[in-house]
Amino acid sequence: MADFLVRFFSRLGAPFARSLVKLGFACRFFVALLRHSPTSFLRFNLTMREIWFAGVLSVLIIVVSGLFVGMVLALQGYETLVRFGASSSLGVLVALSLVRELGPVVGALLFASRAGSAITAEIGLMKATEQLAAMELMAVNPVARVVAPRFWGGVISMPLLAAMFSAMGILGGYLVGVPLLGLDEGSFWSQMQSAVDFRLDVMNGVIKSAFFGVAVSLIAVFEGYDAPPTAEGVSGATTRTVVTSALVILALDFVLTAFMFRGV
Amino acid sequence: MKRGMIDFWVGIFAAAGAAALLFLAVQVSSQSTLPASQSYELVANFENIGGLKIRAPVKSAGVVVGRVSSIELDPQRYVARVRLAVESRYQFSTDSSAEILTSGLLGEQYIGLTPGADDKMLKAGDTFKITSSAIVLEQLISRFLFSKAEGGDKNTTPEAGKELK
Repeated sequence: MADFLVRFFSRLGAPFARSLVKLGFACRFFVALLRHSPTSFLRFNLTMREIWFAGVLSVLIIVVSGLFVGMVLALQGYETLVRFGASSSLGVLVALSLVRELGPVVGALLFASRAGSAITAEIGLMKATEQLAAMELMAVNPVARVVAPRFWGGVISMPLLAAMFSAMGILGGYLVGVPLLGLDEGSFWSQMQSAVDFRLDVMNGVIKSAFFGVAVSLIAVFEGYDAPPTAEGVSGATTRTVVTSALVILALDFVLTAFMFRGV
Repeated sequence: MKRGMIDFWVGIFAAAGAAALLFLAVQVSSQSTLPASQSYELVANFENIGGLKIRAPVKSAGVVVGRVSSIELDPQRYVARVRLAVESRYQFSTDSSAEILTSGLLGEQYIGLTPGADDKMLKAGDTFKITSSAIVLEQLISRFLFSKAEGGDKNTTPEAGKELK
């Protein structure tokens, strides 16, 4: 009996201790990353390449998804609103749900799967092929040279991508609402303008997406740096980046929403 | 990809992101909370505010002149004390009145200001002397039903019958 209990608690304790060690390593990694960040701004062309890699190459998927999400929102919202004779509030529905929630959250989820996984695979493969070790031999700090620019490239790209997602979604909602469903163009925009507040809704959405940008980029570079230097290890790290990012984004979204929009 | 091309595309990317934010700022949203320097505060006490909410518009002659900044219950007199942030360029005379109105039958509630004729203007922190409360639909219906019951059948039914024809 006692033997069984010992084994049970060891079984329980080992993964807990492992994840605690990993969390501690992630925190120390984040501190090292911040300490070596000035390089990525002094030599901005390093970061520039990563903005191109993470941001510019994600524009297409963000723009197309945003357009479709906005169009679906408008179609579904119209079905419900028309029952209450409130179909002119369609613009409000589309704009508020995109600017407050869908733009930052869906944008970050797409960003994690499009750019985050690529960053993890790149850093993981650099580690597996001992490029990071080679850099260290040449007295080049891999955190400053490889990791920090990728992190800051993601952090800078994310709010811009989320704003594009929201803007394209609202345009998609407009395309469905006004030319297709025949709503009045003037009331569509004017009701939207009077209901959406710039500071409260738009800026809070931007702040949210900045938080998500930090979270996704940190998870992506950390999982790449921490990946076991094998083919299997890199593929596992890529999967973990997407899964962990999605969970963290959704949990963080709840916390941020509770702080931002409570009591309004 | 060459360095110059990367710079070019990142520049386009940044410009597109800024344009999207600008679109959200100009076309989609509006700044409804005024900065404190451009507005002054007036107070109005109401017996019943109905469904009035913070940030509801304050209108005069249909034009938005401010926003409701806070709503609280006065613990001494048991009336609702509503603070209004009114734009500094609009001044109202001391005998102006404030009433709670509804836009449409089921629309949002707002405060309507009716200007008076006095020479003196309301200053920051002043209170409206004349206010009228929100119309609560249930009270209106019950009052109508009671008056109908008291009035009896003589006066009301023939007219109602006429209207039906």
